[in-house]
Amino acid sequence: MIELISLISLIAIPLFVLIVLSIGTYKRLPTYDLFVEGGKEGLSMAISLLPHLLGMLVSISIFRSSGVLDYLIELIDPLLTAIHVPSEIVPLALTKPISGTAALAVTSDLLRSFGPDSFIGRLASTLQGSSDTTLYVITVYFGSVGIKKIGDALKVGLLTDLIGIITAITIITFLFG
Amino acid sequence: MVHFIWAGLAIIGIVFALFNGTISAVNEAIFSSANEAIQLVIGLTSILIFWLGIMKIAEKANILSALSRFFKPVVSKLFPDLPKDHPVMAYITSNFIANIFGLGNAATPLGLKAMKEMKQLENSEHASRSMVTFLVINTAGLTLIPTTVIALRIQYGSIAPTETVAGTIIVSTITTIVAIIIDRIFYLKKMRQKND
Repeated sequence: MIELISLISLIAIPLFVLIVLSIGTYKRLPTYDLFVEGGKEGLSMAISLLPHLLGMLVSISIFRSSGVLDYLIELIDPLLTAIHVPSEIVPLALTKPISGTAALAVTSDLLRSFGPDSFIGRLASTLQGSSDTTLYVITVYFGSVGIKKIGDALKVGLLTDLIGIITAITIITFLFG
Repeated sequence: MVHFIWAGLAIIGIVFALFNGTISAVNEAIFSSANEAIQLVIGLTSILIFWLGIMKIAEKANILSALSRFFKPVVSKLFPDLPKDHPVMAYITSNFIANIFGLGNAATPLGLKAMKEMKQLENSEHASRSMVTFLVINTAGLTLIPTTVIALRIQYGSIAPTETVAGTIIVSTITTIVAIIIDRIFYLKKMRQKND
């Protein structure tokens, strides 16, 4: 099953390009003109995206490099032990919604220190794989089209992240105990 | 909300760093992360141009509409505010498909194009109901194959690198369903407040 899905992921993109170009050519479409037209749209999206992404990334990295996150974790550590949440996973849980690259760094650190086949390693792998970076998605998606009032998107996104963490701990405990 | 988070993260970070003695790290982080953002956008630009170029051909060749017809019953239930035969449906559908198969590089341009189409439908600075639903599903990150994680597990010598795949599928399916439910609850609550 996994091999099949890997194979699909590998050939999906080239195959899709092949199909699109073949059908486009068969239908006598000006394929090259259309490609350039669509590509220009992509370029203007990237440009409008840049200040959003830069602003957000700078703010997040100020927060991260100040060390306030480590301090917070120390503060809530006794509480976590009381409700049986392994405190080693907290940095990942807190980083995941705000920074994808930081979360990846935390995950590889956990896998290196505890081993990928430990409980913490499995939990970290599941958490890392099962959700997207909420703040990044919101910044990029809304930023590219200039939406300023984002409604409930962030609230729902963060709430979902919390539920994802609880679900991951439950499922991994259940599967691997 | 975004303003508070954005300014808040920076303010808390700088104030904490002043007392914690990490101000030089913060100073360095400001410039290195700004540079990192540029690198990130450059990477994103190349895939945006390529994918939106290809997708434009797919749209004109009616491939996208064929794709979305297949998933229309589900997608139109999720986005009741969007016109059923609009190209936006096709972009939303293909974004979901790309995400599920772990094709992040293809998913982002499709998602951004879907946002652009939704923006044109509403033409407002406020996020529409459909945009919020779309975003929430995207952040929940439904996936079948967490490729990066598997690669990491192999790198650190796991004896069973793919053993967390089943768990990941279960967790991301549950969080996606929960995200859709929470989104609906928030929307209905807002509607009720409006009607009162």
